[in-house]
Amino acid sequence: MTDDRKPMIECRGVHKHYGDYHALRGIDLTIRAGEFFSLLGPSGCGKTTLLRTIAGFEDISEGAILIDQKRMDEVPANKRPTNMVFQSYAIFPHLTVAQNVAFGLRRDPRGKAEKAALVEEALAMVGLRGFGNRAAHALSGGQRQRVALARALILKPKVLLLDEPLSALDRKMREQMQVELIKLQRQVGITFVLVTHDQEEALVMSDRIAVMFEGEIAQLDGPEALYARPASRRVADFIGVMNFLPARILGEGDGTVTVEAPGLGVVELPARQVSRANPDDEGPMIGFRPETMTLVGSNQTHSQPRETSATIDEVVYYGDMTYYDLRLDGAAGLDGRARPVRISMRNVFGRDVQEVGTRTRLAWSPGSLVLFR
Amino acid sequence: MKGQGRGLQAYALLYLLFLYAPIILLPLFAFNSGTIIAFPLQGFTTGWFAQMWANATLRTALTNSLIIAVSAAILATCLGIFAARASTRFEFPGKGGMMGFILLPMVLPEIIVAMSLLVVLLGVGVELSILTVILGHVLICMPYAIAILSTAFSSLDRSLEEAAYDLGETRWSAFRLVTLPLVMPGIISSLLISFTISLDEFIIAFFLAGNQPTLPTYIFSQLRFPKQIPMIMALGTVLVALSIVLLTLGEYFRRRGNARMGGNPTGGFL
Repeated sequence: MTDDRKPMIECRGVHKHYGDYHALRGIDLTIRAGEFFSLLGPSGCGKTTLLRTIAGFEDISEGAILIDQKRMDEVPANKRPTNMVFQSYAIFPHLTVAQNVAFGLRRDPRGKAEKAALVEEALAMVGLRGFGNRAAHALSGGQRQRVALARALILKPKVLLLDEPLSALDRKMREQMQVELIKLQRQVGITFVLVTHDQEEALVMSDRIAVMFEGEIAQLDGPEALYARPASRRVADFIGVMNFLPARILGEGDGTVTVEAPGLGVVELPARQVSRANPDDEGPMIGFRPETMTLVGSNQTHSQPRETSATIDEVVYYGDMTYYDLRLDGAAGLDGRARPVRISMRNVFGRDVQEVGTRTRLAWSPGSLVLFR
Repeated sequence: MKGQGRGLQAYALLYLLFLYAPIILLPLFAFNSGTIIAFPLQGFTTGWFAQMWANATLRTALTNSLIIAVSAAILATCLGIFAARASTRFEFPGKGGMMGFILLPMVLPEIIVAMSLLVVLLGVGVELSILTVILGHVLICMPYAIAILSTAFSSLDRSLEEAAYDLGETRWSAFRLVTLPLVMPGIISSLLISFTISLDEFIIAFFLAGNQPTLPTYIFSQLRFPKQIPMIMALGTVLVALSIVLLTLGEYFRRRGNARMGGNPTGGFL
């Protein structure tokens, strides 16, 4: 990902009020040209509102939105260089597939034959070659979605806005469309802005993700950074699974924090592994993802710098993965409460699934820990 | 159980007989050459239809009724479109009360509407004519038009219009190209129902028409003359035939529109 591409969408201090309701609270955001960008958050966080203000369906109460370096204050939705794929797809049911796709070309001065060729090209791009004469209402969910994409992309917008486009599809179809959307975006090179509440979808598809809570951006990062270094415990909770253990800060040094966590011992963490705790947290917390620790059998060796003993409390077998709930030795140290942690192991050939009650060793590295304070 | 089924069948049959026997008698006596409405039938004639056609007052009444019904249907449907769209698409203060009051004439005794309208119109000094009847009919057709159109508008995905707007159309052309075709079955239903309500409406026409006859007021005035009754029967026959044709047409368009959009072929008035 090169960061020198020009900005395509800029939000500067964008606020949106609906009466007393403060839907967007000072959004500052730059989306670069050609980027696949996601707005991720729980329902009601303002992600769809932000998308609709970029599209021009909603006015903003304060601030400015620029698309391709032009202010959009006075530009209505039908004159903006953006097109939208709606959550319901909004396929016109009284028209054929070709008429749907050609809808945006009505005001285009080009000739009939030329337009028909464009429609055919757009349909081919989304894998619907030869579907032009079908009635739009007779299509399946996945096909409707493709028509919606073709209808928006035929206008060659600078930005394609996608409002939860995959939420109406079943799981298999959704995974297939995720891959197709990524390919399509690379092929056309248009900036895609996706709204979703599905963290997995955002991680799979995006170059960068803005996580939103209550009308504010909580973190803006690439998928890997977002997953490995969540900026706050709230983001960590929202994206994937993370274990949390209460911690005690022993001292702060030159850009590092020394922490003691029950069961893990004393570790020294660099500042980039330190994030914000939730306001209602009782104290600092150490967090780690289930897959960052490894169960080690009694006769196995490992190359991780640290090792902890634990007892297996629960085993959940998922076929490709096994989840273990463990009690770390000494984890109940600080307040007497037992704190189970969840570890996930890929079931590779030759590795046996361990049984409940087994004493085991856990190998880990301080580099995978995050301190929330 | 079987006996009970028989009883219910007989009841249903009797009910339908009571409902339709009088209507079937209309064409029977319209083509009967006798002047008295009684069996046995005398002979076949189309004379009553000829007499009806030659009757200048009746022709005026028919013209008046058609003008009133067509105008009232169009006006009520147009205003109904505004109200239905506003009430299904937007939230505004006092919406519930406003819609309630618009729908109220549906249950208000017509004689009260007619009387109060007459008093106001006379008070303001408006001359009674078919124009005043049209106004009155719009008032009583509006609730039906809005009820039908609200259903049509509320079943519409609001992102359809936004999608058209997003694709470069103006607000108006988005409405015309997307919303209008999709609610067209509702519009046709509304036009037909309003037309039918207006065509056979008596009380308001009687109060507000001044000295202009409409079909119902004309028929009522002629019932005093036994001699005219076969001709009224002929008129009734024409009206029944017309109603059947109109409703069939309306239903045909509704179903065609529905099928074209892949909608569910239920609902509607037939």
